[in-house]
Amino acid sequence: MKIWVPMDAAARACGADAVAAEIAREAAVRGVAVQIIRNGSRGMLWLEPLVEIETPAGRVAFGPMTVADVAALFEAPETHPKAQGLTEDIAFFKRQTRLTFARCGVIDPLDLDAYEAHGGLAGLRAALALQPEAVVDEIAASGLRGRGGAGFPTGIKWRTVLHAKATPKYIVCNADEGDSGSFADRMLMEGDPFCLIEGMTIAALATGATRGFVYIRSEYPDAIRQMRAAVEIATQAGVIGTSIMGHTQGFELEIRVGAGAYVCGEETSLLNSLEGKRGVVRAKPPLPALEGFMGRPTVVNNVLSLAAVPWIMANGAAAYNAIGINRSRGTIPLQIAGNVRCGGLFETGFGITLGEIVTEIGGGTASGRPVKAVQVGGPLGAYHPVSDFSLPFCYEEFAGQGGLVGHAGLVVHDAGADMLGLARFAMEFCAVESCGKCTPCRIGAVRGVETLDRVAAGDSAALPLLEDLCNTMKLGSLCALGGFTPYPVMSALRHFPEEFTPVQEAAE
Amino acid sequence: MFDAARLSEILHAHAGREGPLLPILHDVQAEFGHVPDAALEPIAGALRLSRAEVAGVVGFYHDFREAPAGRHVIKLCRAEACQAMGGAGVQARLEAALGQRLGETKNGVTLEAVYCLGLCANAPAAMVDDRLVGRLDGAAVDALVAEVSA
Repeated sequence: MKIWVPMDAAARACGADAVAAEIAREAAVRGVAVQIIRNGSRGMLWLEPLVEIETPAGRVAFGPMTVADVAALFEAPETHPKAQGLTEDIAFFKRQTRLTFARCGVIDPLDLDAYEAHGGLAGLRAALALQPEAVVDEIAASGLRGRGGAGFPTGIKWRTVLHAKATPKYIVCNADEGDSGSFADRMLMEGDPFCLIEGMTIAALATGATRGFVYIRSEYPDAIRQMRAAVEIATQAGVIGTSIMGHTQGFELEIRVGAGAYVCGEETSLLNSLEGKRGVVRAKPPLPALEGFMGRPTVVNNVLSLAAVPWIMANGAAAYNAIGINRSRGTIPLQIAGNVRCGGLFETGFGITLGEIVTEIGGGTASGRPVKAVQVGGPLGAYHPVSDFSLPFCYEEFAGQGGLVGHAGLVVHDAGADMLGLARFAMEFCAVESCGKCTPCRIGAVRGVETLDRVAAGDSAALPLLEDLCNTMKLGSLCALGGFTPYPVMSALRHFPEEFTPVQEAAE
Repeated sequence: MFDAARLSEILHAHAGREGPLLPILHDVQAEFGHVPDAALEPIAGALRLSRAEVAGVVGFYHDFREAPAGRHVIKLCRAEACQAMGGAGVQARLEAALGQRLGETKNGVTLEAVYCLGLCANAPAAMVDDRLVGRLDGAAVDALVAEVSA
């Protein structure tokens, strides 16, 4: 009997290790031969630990499992109180278009043969048969844009590096996923690490890069361990290393660990950190594509951008480009989090509305109270009220509403949310995490906290000052940390002005 | 305790690496529990940096400690997703039970804030030593406190 118990950090945080141990113990006691496979997560995080048993009809899901639920798995699985039916028939799963996450949760993440059997390495083989320029053309034609948040066309970035004269060239994967509400990078690195390695290797072939780094935040110990193991296996197997699967070009890949600085998710700050410096933002130009790591041409891409690449190369740019709307092409792995009934990872084509995501897919709040606001795109993203629910999920449409898609994390807040408190938190977070290089961010965030404290104390004269301060930060900051912190603050103020009115007046 | 010979081994292990300072500092902290003041000079010497440059990097990153942490370290997530699920209440209960605020070390327990552990759909979340804990509620907090106080 084959049983899958995820090793994903979210599943482990909810007791997956104890459940796996209990399954092994129970099986031994009963004399049942079981093979326990520690897979990644299927992304239905409200059901974690989600245990699956192989049946002739397919894998059957049970969740959220506890140690006490294990014995019944061996007795009457059909009538088990945690039975969810066939995993792939669960509505949340069935409705998705899983391209990037096709293997996540399906296979043993470190089994390279299983990876290949499920379509892995097909994209890399396709790239090996092409000239670098043709690989870049394919990625450009797919319409893939940077999934880290900026939405910059990946093909254009790669072309700049390909045509840069200096060597050596580098591929740097930004896995400094610090946005609250985001966990797609973590899930992919834990659940399908070879997919990221394959994407980076294709980027190396396309640009002539011979070395690569994955910069993973230190808050992700499981992902770090998994990626290190996967790089070792891929190197041993000759996929990467001195030669890319027998090609004349080699690609050496190294895992690096951050040190708890949110700003290092900004690409130039990340490069400084990789070089061993303070994670201070660099002014652009020069672009990292021309003068990046150690002043050399460098592709800096997010995990999700790179992980989308193998599918595109294996299935063709046209197939990817056929999904999505307007200038947002392909799929986006949404991360539904916070106060939500069915939180998890939901990969779908661009264009789904905010309301569909929160109400239909997420099932509304976990508390059962009405939704008050949804913060989209991390701590620098806007708070959207329910009146924004018709907004289609794409780059331009969100920008048009004073928001951003960011890394596609959504944090749902229920009626109990304190919007003034959340606005203050945005400023406080910016003050804690500012790299200190530019004044609007370094000083502005501190003044922002003080000004919001004045508002909270009933000083209505502070509100115009807050708006002015937000404008200064937005227009004058060097990077998105100071530049976008005004989004959550101003959206909270705009959509929930009553919470910013002075206490005395409200009491009258 | 700081051990100069062990530091040399760490420095040697990273020789030839591009941009080796963060990997070195991580190893130093793993070895000594913090980045000892006495380590700055030898690290600077090996990398041909000034002592101030190394100190500047140590000071920039939240992870690097200038003094050892307690026997147990609890990192409680304070970010938005955890706030949306009652993170403030978890923080208050934890602080009251331990008799210390976020950022303090007391009775061998270090309690500190972290901004996101990537467990945002299983909030509120914390990391206790090397173990992640999600869906924290009152009972889970009490169990945690009992565990670290034992």
